[in-house]
Amino acid sequence: MLTAIPSLLGNSSLLPSRLQMAVTLAFHITFAAVGIGLPLLMVISERLYLRTGKVHYRSLAQKWSKATAVLFAIGAVSGTALSFELGLLWPRYMQITGAAVGHLFGLEGFAFFLEAIFLGLYIYGWDRLPPKGHFWCGVAIAFFGALSGWLVLGVNAWMQLPVGVQLDSAGNVTSVNPFAIFRTYAWFTMALHSTLACYIAVSFAVAAVYAAGYLKGRRDDYHRFAIRIAMTVGTVVALLQPISGDLIAKFVYRTQPAKFAAMEAHFETSRYAPAFIGGIPDVDSGTVRFAIPLPGVLSFLATGDPSSEIKGLNDIDRSLWPNVALVHVSFQIMVGLGVVLMILGIWFALATWRAGAGALDSQRLLRAIVLCGPAGFIALQAGWIVTECGRQPWVINGILKTAEGVTPYPHVWPVFIGFSALFVVLSITTIGLLRYLARSPVGSGKQE
Amino acid sequence: MSDQTIVSLAALVALAGLMAYAVFGGADFGGGVWSLFATGPRKELQRRAVAEAMGPVWEVNHVWLIFVIVVLFTCFPRGFGALVTGLFVPLHLVLVGIILRGAAFVFRGYGPSPAASENARASGHYARWGTIFGIASVISPLLLGAAFGALTAGEIRVDPAGRVRSASPVPWLHVYPISCGLLALSTCAYLAAVFLVVETTGQLQEDFRRRAIFAGTATASLALFTLVAARMEAKWFFDQLTAPMVWPVIAAGMIAFAGSAVAVFARWNYAARWFAGAQTVLMLLGWGMAHRQYLIYPDIPLAAAAGPRETIVFLLISLVPGATLLIPALWLLFRTFKSPSARTMHS
Repeated sequence: MLTAIPSLLGNSSLLPSRLQMAVTLAFHITFAAVGIGLPLLMVISERLYLRTGKVHYRSLAQKWSKATAVLFAIGAVSGTALSFELGLLWPRYMQITGAAVGHLFGLEGFAFFLEAIFLGLYIYGWDRLPPKGHFWCGVAIAFFGALSGWLVLGVNAWMQLPVGVQLDSAGNVTSVNPFAIFRTYAWFTMALHSTLACYIAVSFAVAAVYAAGYLKGRRDDYHRFAIRIAMTVGTVVALLQPISGDLIAKFVYRTQPAKFAAMEAHFETSRYAPAFIGGIPDVDSGTVRFAIPLPGVLSFLATGDPSSEIKGLNDIDRSLWPNVALVHVSFQIMVGLGVVLMILGIWFALATWRAGAGALDSQRLLRAIVLCGPAGFIALQAGWIVTECGRQPWVINGILKTAEGVTPYPHVWPVFIGFSALFVVLSITTIGLLRYLARSPVGSGKQE
Repeated sequence: MSDQTIVSLAALVALAGLMAYAVFGGADFGGGVWSLFATGPRKELQRRAVAEAMGPVWEVNHVWLIFVIVVLFTCFPRGFGALVTGLFVPLHLVLVGIILRGAAFVFRGYGPSPAASENARASGHYARWGTIFGIASVISPLLLGAAFGALTAGEIRVDPAGRVRSASPVPWLHVYPISCGLLALSTCAYLAAVFLVVETTGQLQEDFRRRAIFAGTATASLALFTLVAARMEAKWFFDQLTAPMVWPVIAAGMIAFAGSAVAVFARWNYAARWFAGAQTVLMLLGWGMAHRQYLIYPDIPLAAAAGPRETIVFLLISLVPGATLLIPALWLLFRTFKSPSARTMHS
């Protein structure tokens, strides 16, 4: 007796499947970002220890290696969840993506393997490896962590701008050029932007943790140098980020006009197109409320010429619009928080330049650092929403609509609810554990 | 090279990844099992031995699973979707197990431990996540084994239009799939116990030696029972297993298993470790050879599941530089934490 599972055409599983991906990815991205960013701070601190012999640098590196171990583990299991779920929830999508760019996942697998190996050596090897060798294991974690993120972004770039793949009328992949993706500019800009975003998110969050401790009166070298390392990395990267942002914006303008127009809530095709600061798009009337328009700025940002004509949403088939309000507001949040962090970084740099170590006597600066702790992560998530929701209604731009890629399995709601509950429990426990790790005295614990 | 050769190579790579996952990842699951069922006066020491053995390597061992998944959806994209759709429920439960196992292990390991502080909240956290770690370590291999059983029994059907059906409402809840699950679980427990004998000394070592004998007996019985169940519920697979090409491999696996049993009794601990690993590899090789024509029996032969040649070739070629980096790094990791010299240095 064959019990049929409803056919591909029914898409009652679409909404829960999308929500399930959104929750899993939002969860995973947070941890993956830490896996890329925190090892960088960790090896900088260990390098400073090797050079100066000052013990607080070693303590910081050890503390950060423990936090990395916990967060990497959660990132690894949520990443495993993703590798399954892509196939479980989006079998059609995975059939095309696997054939076309599965090899990037393969390369990512190697990078991830190496990251895990060196992480094991680093965390458990403080007493077993020679100091220099241990340090280089840390460098390998930071390098392979960034590399695996970079390779995953290749798949994402391919979803935005699929290249090197031919399909027959039934939607089966007939031939592939696996090298085509390596030559795309989309990949470089997206990977650069995302990698820098990870460093920004982690640096400012770490600075906030230690600034909070400093405010509470723990005014020791340990806290002072933690803030200094994190703020220095955060500031440098935050100031570089607009360059990669500009590259990516110009590229999106050329390749994904609907996404670009949605980001900027640009409805009417026009010359001297304005960029908006803030604003809530009203899709039905094609207007933006509560926004400050900057005439010509959008044209300039897109092409370098303020008089150039920019295609608006009204000239794009309505069925191919992404969720304009969501994409525009997320874009504003990302850019706004990026600017805030740049200002914070400049403030810190100026204060340090004027007062040296005395910069941290400023309660206002410390409070600002604490307040901006989550900003980098919020910007990271917002940017991710812009990229992926801006791609809708396509899951693979121009090739497969999201609704066509979803699983025929009818009972996704319970899966979504169950996994969301699981991620909530894991998030709460992880936060509690990080607080415990932050409180526990340096030098205790089983790995030292 | 012919398409046929390339597809076979890709399948072999997936199988090799699966073998590595079974031996290394399997032992980690088994460690969780012994952590859950830690008993006697050295209960806490047993748990600590498991945690110390797993600590530096479990993340790496886990990546083998991701490797297998990636090879499957890259090289066999047309079958992968059907495979996971057909096994939607057990694979999701496995996933929950995998997530909880890893998370619970670090939560327990890095959180407040009863040894460090005396307060009740700390020991609550330790006990709670310890239990979750153990239960998740039981569930994951059990259901993964059952999913395998359902696959080899031909329970997943795909019609010519690509629609996935299952041959029965809950295809993995039959005698054969369940016995496959139990066999996977007991193999994990056996591997872990044999490996832990090497990693411990004195009374604790005796504890794990007894566990190895117990789990080994269970594994041998379950293996025989699974063969009988296969004869009943997965006849084609049984016939493949007993085919001229395949049965010598299975027989070699049984000899390796017997070798590990003798070594456990004779306290040749390192030999036991190698024999137990070889047994797992040979059994999976036998499984792979029996299953070599199909990704999903009987509707999706391997060749029909395969993706474009170019992508597979790329992946196969990338294995060369990948392995060139990976093998020395793995060697360094295992030499640092698992070699006899590392052990004596540590204790």
